[in-house]
Amino acid sequence: MVTETYSAASRAASGERMRRSIGRAVTSVLKHAGLIVLVVIMIYPLIWLVVSSFKPNDIIFRDPGLVLHDLTLKNYTDGWTAQEFPFTKYLVNTAVLVLGAVVGNLISCSLAAYAFARLRFRFRTLFFAIMLATLMLPIHVIIVPQYILFSQLGWVNTFLPLLVPKFLATDAFFVFLMVQFIRGIPRELDEAARIDGAGHFRVFVQVILPLMVPALATTVIFTFIWTWSDFFSQLIYLTKTDHWTVSLALRGFIDSSSSSDYGAMFAMSVISLLPLFLMFLFGQRFLVRGIATTGGK
Amino acid sequence: MSSIGELRTLTKSMRQRGEKTREKMPDNKAGFLFLLPWLIGLVCITIGPMVASLYLSLTDYNLLQPPQFVGLKNYLDMFDDPRLWNSLRVTVIYVVVGVPLQLLLALGIALVLNRGMRGLAFYRSIMYLPSLLGGSVAVAVLWRQVFGSAGLVNSLLAVFGVQGPGWISSPDTALSTIILLHIWTFGSPMIIFLAGLRQIPGQYYEAAEVDGAGPARRFFEITLPLLSPVIFFNLVLQIIFAFQSFTQAFIVSGGTGGPADSTLFFTLYLYQQGFGNFNMGYASAMAWFLLLIVAAFTAVNFWLSRYWVFYEEG
Repeated sequence: MVTETYSAASRAASGERMRRSIGRAVTSVLKHAGLIVLVVIMIYPLIWLVVSSFKPNDIIFRDPGLVLHDLTLKNYTDGWTAQEFPFTKYLVNTAVLVLGAVVGNLISCSLAAYAFARLRFRFRTLFFAIMLATLMLPIHVIIVPQYILFSQLGWVNTFLPLLVPKFLATDAFFVFLMVQFIRGIPRELDEAARIDGAGHFRVFVQVILPLMVPALATTVIFTFIWTWSDFFSQLIYLTKTDHWTVSLALRGFIDSSSSSDYGAMFAMSVISLLPLFLMFLFGQRFLVRGIATTGGK
Repeated sequence: MSSIGELRTLTKSMRQRGEKTREKMPDNKAGFLFLLPWLIGLVCITIGPMVASLYLSLTDYNLLQPPQFVGLKNYLDMFDDPRLWNSLRVTVIYVVVGVPLQLLLALGIALVLNRGMRGLAFYRSIMYLPSLLGGSVAVAVLWRQVFGSAGLVNSLLAVFGVQGPGWISSPDTALSTIILLHIWTFGSPMIIFLAGLRQIPGQYYEAAEVDGAGPARRFFEITLPLLSPVIFFNLVLQIIFAFQSFTQAFIVSGGTGGPADSTLFFTLYLYQQGFGNFNMGYASAMAWFLLLIVAAFTAVNFWLSRYWVFYEEG
């Protein structure tokens, strides 16, 4: 009698458990289904862009699908030469800008970050507060006089207005990111080096820099992405076509009267997104860390 | 700690330190040397131009003749400029609609993803992709075609026999397409939310469950308060950034802010005034007006935060 009630109870309990686990499986399936639908909607335009760039120009808009009936590279060859200079020129210009910006940010931001994180000097707190405040300053408040300054220096239509600020640690995001990182490095390490007679510069180069490689990698990746897809400052400072970047060349496709050539425009858009996509594939780990600190523009 | 949290504690500590005796500063020389590039940048690239911009806003200046001092004329002119007020309206709609919707979606998806589900890394990466690409000209170009009158959306609608409008060529819908582009890039705040959710100790939920708190109760009593600093951080920064967005509206409207100025963002109008018409004085005044508006929004945000943002140690 006793055993019977016990087993009945346990049967009821296992039934309950089963119902629960079925319920859980159903919600899990529903959840995945919902997420997959969302992902498909989000990604569809991007895939359509890539597929369309291989379609003949006249059927791009008649066909919202993703099936390629006849693949053509004509859009790529047309797009490459559609502007005044071959697209290679714009890619090289952009690469030069990106490289300069990366080097500038790495040097200037890490120097500033070491000072903020490790050194005790007058006005440190004040400067640090100012640095954080400049994170939130709209660029428009300074762009007009900056433009006047750079044009008087004869720097308009050179890369200098876009590169020199990077060597002056104006990207406060990276200073902040590196300060955060350096604070996590045990102080004993640099103190030991100091006791051995190393100066601050040696401590910085030989102790801190090698340990902050992850923060430097995050800086490289974000500088790459932001400089590659920057538009506003390039639009203002690079008005001559021989200094055009990828962003400006794409904008040229919209301006040109023969804007019916969507295929070529799509093809060059794909080319311009490719480096960003590679960053996405290979820089995931650093991207995730960077967003969490910088607030992800 | 986030940049905003840091700024908050810093200002607090600076205020408290007032009377304390001056600390020893052993690294004065090294500190300034390491900081030299940043200091030069601060003076020449940031503060100098800010001061100059304030002065220019009181002048008439077209780059050719020297600046003419005109007092507050530019600011007064702004009041009588219907395009300026319209551009402010467009921008505020974009910010006030786009930012909360984007953050709600980011929070919702982060909550769904956070319950230790299979494929988390996959979903997280794929959903982040639009954020990474979203600022580029290429995506704005794509958007222009997707919502064009013969674009992707309409040809998909045509499959179902629906004749879609010209989303970008109509003043009623053009701004919505740009807002949608903003919402589409919800991946980066989502990643910040996910990181924040992971900081919440699991014991809190276990204890609440033992006490019989249901999922809704657990969300409102544990998740929301503990996540509120992160939500606040996102809200403040996204609003500041959204006020400055430029590329998407510029490309989608082909640089005009049209149709009928319906996508004329404040920054786009500023660009047209400053770098199209070379009204440098007027553009400077506009920039200070923008700074004032962004500062006002941020101040209101901070003021409101005391009613809903929860800081653990007070």
